[in-house]
Amino acid sequence: MNITFLDAIKEAMRREMEKDESVYILGEDVGAFGGCFGVTAGLFTEFGDKRVKDTPISEGGIVGCALGSAATGLRPVAELMFSDFCTVAMDMIVNQAAKMRYMVGGKITLPMVVRMPLGAGVSASAQHSQSLEAWFTHIPGLKVVYPSTPEDALGLLMTSIEDDNPVIFMEHKLLYGIKGEIPDDIKPIPLGVARVHRKGADITVIATGKMVHEAIAAAKQLSKEGISVEVLDPRTLYPLDKKAIFESVEKTHKVLVITEENKRGGYGGEISAMISEECFDSLDAPVVRIGALNTPIPFAKCLEELVIPNAKDIVNGIKSLF
Amino acid sequence: MEIVLSISKVNAIDFYKTMLKIRKFETTAKDYFAEGKIPGFVHLYIGEEAIATGVCANLSEDDYITSTHRGHGHIIAKGGDLNLMMAELFGKATGLGKGKGGSMHIADGTKGILGANGIVGAGHDISLGAAYSAQYRGTQQVCVCFFGDASTNQGTFHESLNMASVWKLPIVYICENNLYGISTSQAKHQAIKDISSRAVSYDMPGITIDGNDVFAVSEAAEEAIKRARAGHGPTLIECKTYRQRGHFEGDPGTYKPVAEQEAWLKKDPIPRMEKLMLDNKIVNEVELKSIQSDIDEQIKAAVKFANDSPEPPLESLVEDVYTDITEEMRVR
Repeated sequence: MNITFLDAIKEAMRREMEKDESVYILGEDVGAFGGCFGVTAGLFTEFGDKRVKDTPISEGGIVGCALGSAATGLRPVAELMFSDFCTVAMDMIVNQAAKMRYMVGGKITLPMVVRMPLGAGVSASAQHSQSLEAWFTHIPGLKVVYPSTPEDALGLLMTSIEDDNPVIFMEHKLLYGIKGEIPDDIKPIPLGVARVHRKGADITVIATGKMVHEAIAAAKQLSKEGISVEVLDPRTLYPLDKKAIFESVEKTHKVLVITEENKRGGYGGEISAMISEECFDSLDAPVVRIGALNTPIPFAKCLEELVIPNAKDIVNGIKSLF
Repeated sequence: MEIVLSISKVNAIDFYKTMLKIRKFETTAKDYFAEGKIPGFVHLYIGEEAIATGVCANLSEDDYITSTHRGHGHIIAKGGDLNLMMAELFGKATGLGKGKGGSMHIADGTKGILGANGIVGAGHDISLGAAYSAQYRGTQQVCVCFFGDASTNQGTFHESLNMASVWKLPIVYICENNLYGISTSQAKHQAIKDISSRAVSYDMPGITIDGNDVFAVSEAAEEAIKRARAGHGPTLIECKTYRQRGHFEGDPGTYKPVAEQEAWLKKDPIPRMEKLMLDNKIVNEVELKSIQSDIDEQIKAAVKFANDSPEPPLESLVEDVYTDITEEMRVR
């Protein structure tokens, strides 16, 4: 099937809901309205209001409800309308969901997913555009998934819903419209396995989310100039496929890490540090790290375009090493 | 709502046993904390025992509770194992949390105990999920959400009561108004006197009762639980009570006026219950002593179990962070 990223997310939820009665969706306007971006459209008609549950605008209540129901036998998939709104649910995510199993000696299991559309590019400005994945990768007890293609979105969301741990599932809102071919018999994709989108010999570009597509564009351009770029998408930030990353670095000896988050304190820094610590002997040059400029995401189109990195930045970053 | 006291012999003795078990567990925890055997923070429930006892007497094992940082009493009343609880306070491998949670995080998923909690007001939101789960699965289970007066100033209180009332969730909100949020008196932290008045905002019944009267608590809880099981939604019950100790052990509580303390000590639920049982010839002095020494033995056994238990093995550090990932966390 050739479907959009958005439909892939929906299809993953549909398949899991058909398979398991305990799977349900909750969030703001996810019901008949179909969700702010339309991700759940149609599921309400198919599964009814018990399993596609509209909530009040109470993000803490949404994640708390997901948590309490996960602890008592259900498999909730909570939607936060924008990842930025996680700030008002942070206690439930960080102090409660991530730590509960540990604090109680494994006597409670929390199979729950919190879906969060993130990222800039639609002039939604500073409170609806952030990339906050590093906040969650920092917290033991959470898994963090960030697909970049329809196939990965479908396969990884199925796995996330079947996982017995709290999973933060990141969806870049500019990717919702992209289409991709997906095998009809697609199976859940294991967490912690990277995907190499493009093989290359001269440099490894590690990219996440929308930046994967920018990296592929940059790689295509540079191939014309004789630089062979490998594009690797970790797909899940925790667990992280360090093995695939290190194998690629050992082959190419050069690395550029590109993420959409503010560069300061971003997860790109973690990947970069990991490579420097554990793969130093394989490196022919310092790891290049590119992120968004360290400002809030601005509203005006020209300013927003300035903040977010793109293929051109990747090309320039790579060229600085050759 | 008027409370009609129905003092049956069986109820009275059972209530007394649970209350005394909590009291003795807490005084023992106090002593071992002072001795340095119990590390960290300990928040004691001394003076508030009638509430957990009266409420949980109406629950089945498969009903749920969410608790607070002052949670020992709720957990004992819901059937928590004294040995495993004491071992957790001592930070031992045999503890309910395998020594990883401590006093503030005791839980037992197998008994519907969704956890004491170190974050004030967290239980409000967590109870939504337990109650939605019961409603979703079509069971008759209810969730009792225990919390203090000060937590009603958190946003989670509003979120939870609103969602529970609009979805008619089977939650019974038990506010233990012990007059203080840490050192800040209720008069300083909110303008209202009766927290139950907030129920009006959520179109749910709200009542204020004497939280040191276990019969009054039990009767109010029984009605609210019945209402919840019948699918009629949540109830807010405010139990007026008093925290006899400081906020945590080590806090001398000097901000509590002496006259206030003395007045409330006269309303201590445990001597009050003893007097009631003796006056009504439910027990005689000998029988009372026998109940007391039996509970002393249980607490002693719990302390022995905790003392004799091993420290958590170091390799357990990385267990139960995830269901399926451990080894990676061993590397610094």
